[in-house]
Amino acid sequence: MNDFALTLAARAFRIGRRVFSRPRIDLPLSIGLLILAMMGLTVLYSASNLDAGTLAGQATRFLIGAVLMIAISRIPPNLLRAWTPWFYVIGVLLLVVVKVLGEGQGANRWLDIGVVRFQPSELMKLAMPMMIAWYLHPRPLPPRWRDLLVTGVLIAIPAFLIFKQPDLGTALLVAASGLFVLFLAGLQWWKIGAAIVALAAAAPIALHFMHGYQRQRIVTFLHPESDPLGSGWHILQSMIAVGSGGVLGKGFNQGTQSKLEFLPEHTTDFIFAVLGEEFGLIGVLVLLAVYAFIVGRCLWIAANARDTWSRLVAGAFALAFMVYVIVNGGMIAGLLPVVGVPLPLVSYGGTSAITLLAGFGVVMSIHAHRKWTP
Amino acid sequence: MNGRGELKDERARRARFGRRALAGFAIMLALVMVVAGRFVYLQVYEHADYSTRAKANRVRLRHLAPPRGLVYDREGKLLADNVPAFRLDVVPDQVKHMDAMLQRLSAVVPLTDDDIRRFMQSLKQHRSFESVPLKFRLTESERDRFAIDQWQFPGVSIAPYLTRNYPYGPEFAHVIGYVGRIDDKELQHIDPDKYAGTTHIGKTGIEKEYEDLLHGTPGYEVVEVNANQRPLRVLQQVAAKPGKNLYLTIDERLQKAAIDAFAGQTGAAVVIDPRNGDVLAMVTVPSFDPNLFVNGISQTDYTALLDDEEKPLLNRAMRGGYPPGSTIKPFLGLGGLELGLRKTTDTVLSTGTWYIPGSSRGYRDDTRYGAGNVNLVQAITQSVNTYFYSLAYKMGITKFDEWMAKFGFGSPTGIDLPDETGGVLPAPEWKRKTFNKPWYPGETVIAGIGQGYWMVTPLQMAHALATLSGGGLSHTPHLLTATSDGLGKPEVAYKQPVPVQITHDPADLEAVKQGMLGVVYNPAGTAYAAGIGKGFPYLIAGKTGTAERYSRTSEAYNTNKNLAYLAARHRAWFIAYAPADHPQIAIAVVLEHGAWGGSAAAPIARKILDQWLADTPPSQRPPVPLTAVATPPAASAPTTP
Repeated sequence: MNDFALTLAARAFRIGRRVFSRPRIDLPLSIGLLILAMMGLTVLYSASNLDAGTLAGQATRFLIGAVLMIAISRIPPNLLRAWTPWFYVIGVLLLVVVKVLGEGQGANRWLDIGVVRFQPSELMKLAMPMMIAWYLHPRPLPPRWRDLLVTGVLIAIPAFLIFKQPDLGTALLVAASGLFVLFLAGLQWWKIGAAIVALAAAAPIALHFMHGYQRQRIVTFLHPESDPLGSGWHILQSMIAVGSGGVLGKGFNQGTQSKLEFLPEHTTDFIFAVLGEEFGLIGVLVLLAVYAFIVGRCLWIAANARDTWSRLVAGAFALAFMVYVIVNGGMIAGLLPVVGVPLPLVSYGGTSAITLLAGFGVVMSIHAHRKWTP
Repeated sequence: MNGRGELKDERARRARFGRRALAGFAIMLALVMVVAGRFVYLQVYEHADYSTRAKANRVRLRHLAPPRGLVYDREGKLLADNVPAFRLDVVPDQVKHMDAMLQRLSAVVPLTDDDIRRFMQSLKQHRSFESVPLKFRLTESERDRFAIDQWQFPGVSIAPYLTRNYPYGPEFAHVIGYVGRIDDKELQHIDPDKYAGTTHIGKTGIEKEYEDLLHGTPGYEVVEVNANQRPLRVLQQVAAKPGKNLYLTIDERLQKAAIDAFAGQTGAAVVIDPRNGDVLAMVTVPSFDPNLFVNGISQTDYTALLDDEEKPLLNRAMRGGYPPGSTIKPFLGLGGLELGLRKTTDTVLSTGTWYIPGSSRGYRDDTRYGAGNVNLVQAITQSVNTYFYSLAYKMGITKFDEWMAKFGFGSPTGIDLPDETGGVLPAPEWKRKTFNKPWYPGETVIAGIGQGYWMVTPLQMAHALATLSGGGLSHTPHLLTATSDGLGKPEVAYKQPVPVQITHDPADLEAVKQGMLGVVYNPAGTAYAAGIGKGFPYLIAGKTGTAERYSRTSEAYNTNKNLAYLAARHRAWFIAYAPADHPQIAIAVVLEHGAWGGSAAAPIARKILDQWLADTPPSQRPPVPLTAVATPPAASAPTTP
């Protein structure tokens, strides 16, 4: 042990104490997240067949995420904004690395760095709105054509890399989180309308570039009877689970659909169906209300933020967060195709939970520093 | 902009953001309402219906593996087949003590350590109520014994399945390859939906190359189960779509004749139709039985194959690298003409040793005092080194490599088989990269007679010869011709890339052909003594090659003419095509322990030609030239010096 290491440790300890002794967390948002985490852990515990290991693993990730959230909430938004390009570039590089040497079932989404495995595509869900907001904040708003072009490229690069993994669902959601920044930046409604029309026209072309199984899923969704491999079967089983739950649900750990393994991926992408089956419509509505509260609070914080970057980041992050919920819920209820999007902070999975909590850390930092001059 | 303006702008931005945030939130809430409404619909209005369905949810989805496509040769002979067999399946859910059960079971049906290890591995890949295969290809007596004792083993059952069978065994092991159990690594790369219920996947050869075509589309059945998850009846079935049947260019009769011609000697041969790149035969001796690998090869068998000194697992035809020796000479000679460095009439004086101008390092001819003045035809016929030493030197290594690369030397031919190697085309760049050493002029000289760093696979050699004999038109060698769905008519599956014309002047090709005819028919020709042209109705053009496996250690002539001694040191090549005027077949033969190309390898090529003659009906052959048999092309034959 030498003096230098000791000094360093002491310094780290002092900084740590300062950070956590006066946390700048936002109380309403924290309460909302806490309720959500509790509900998530309860459903996960049941969905995993009362497996303590799964529960402990997820709780650990929540703790790591919470620590990260509190730490980030102490960092002034100026600093976060200055770091944004690095964060984005590192995220894109990780996506390239995962493409080159990644490993995962069927698709390359995972990066293994010895102790932990994580999905760089999840990091992009936070890095993307931060980057687009970083690019737009010093420029005139609503964005000019030239800025639209640049942001379009910034959005397309990671989205394309994720699409090639192949992970269509996440690619679309990451792209959406960037597009929300443009929306919040005041992009004219007629341009938004024109873009939607153009996208609808381009859909057949996109279908052409999709992987066989991605195309199959879309086709399956449009024509469930044409399903050769059981993706339609998954949707059907999910609907049976939800529908049989009724208003009050079958009760904790009483869901037959998940217990008898009719439900696929019941701890990850289909965990909403477990909730619907065991806690009924009441559980579903409470969960949706908690989500809506969290998103509403984030938007309120965004509206009261002190600068453009902060507003855009907090707002886009909140809207994207809501979209994850809507897409996952829509899939569970048979409104959308099976796209493999987790239910935020409820589905089992580390990168997603930690990244989202880090994102809420950014929002809290924005809230805590709203009155400071830049 | 002044401070007030900024403030105003900031205020406008803030207000605009507020409106947008509100609009965004409203849209999100509306969408949440749609989702919530859908849940209300499912959980309130449809609740009774779904509740009943959940209670009656005694149906399971069972995947049906598609039957793998079959593989035929060009005559419709079945080369890879599916045969019914039986395996032992275990449903882990229904077994209380797995280890104890396996222990007891092995007393009834012998289980090897390999079986159990693999079973334990695949246990992790399946859900607990899905059956996991334990042992494949049960024998009849194993089946009978288990049937008697089955009551003792709840959760274990005999299941019929289709297993891959290769009726010709070792004959096509290096072409068709084999299938084997899907391993962990493959599991990460396949679409799990597509392989649900499938246990095997193409590991090598055609089986691997055309896995996507052969695999097919899985089906499923919806099965009603009882409370113990035992299937009661099938409610609905969607049949699996079998994989496509493949038709190959391979001719089984030719393949068999070629293998027989080797009579057990280690080597390889490739036969290509120069008109279109069809691979008619692709032989590697020795080979192995691919059937051993299908259901997991035993450790003993595998060790035996690995330890065999003649390496039967090595696919010599497309992965074996051999110095080409003098077989390179016709290609180099053609290059001399095409690049305008020599005319057909130009002669070179062979004195027994050739020197780089201004250097004292000598390069030997095969005959001690040389062959005298020789032109191109004579140089090929008698394989005169001096002619080619000087030509290679004159050409220079850069042009030499450019020219040889056109014939496909130094890179894979692009045949539709996995893991082909590209050999080595000696080049300064290659040498610098590999050994980090500069190039010496002497290396250009010996490259001219196919020695030095040269490495050529038999497939590359056959491909190059097919190009030479086919009028300088380079077709990519290929094995697949057509595919079919079961009973449907075969449809053409292979699209030949546009062939590339690599020569300019037909007269140049004609001169090289005359030289190669001389090899076979001229008394001075290096293959004349083997008499391979005798009694064959068409003219055969050929070239011998005898490459040294090890470089000579001394400068002195080695006088040891003992054939066994030479065979240990030499690789014997023979390349040939026929009919020389309308080529339909190009052959490359290499022997790993041949003494001389002419005497050891040429007879093998003749036997392949005989089989080709027997198999090709006269209507598909060019008319037999009446003069051919009686009079070898003496007119063009060079005079012996």
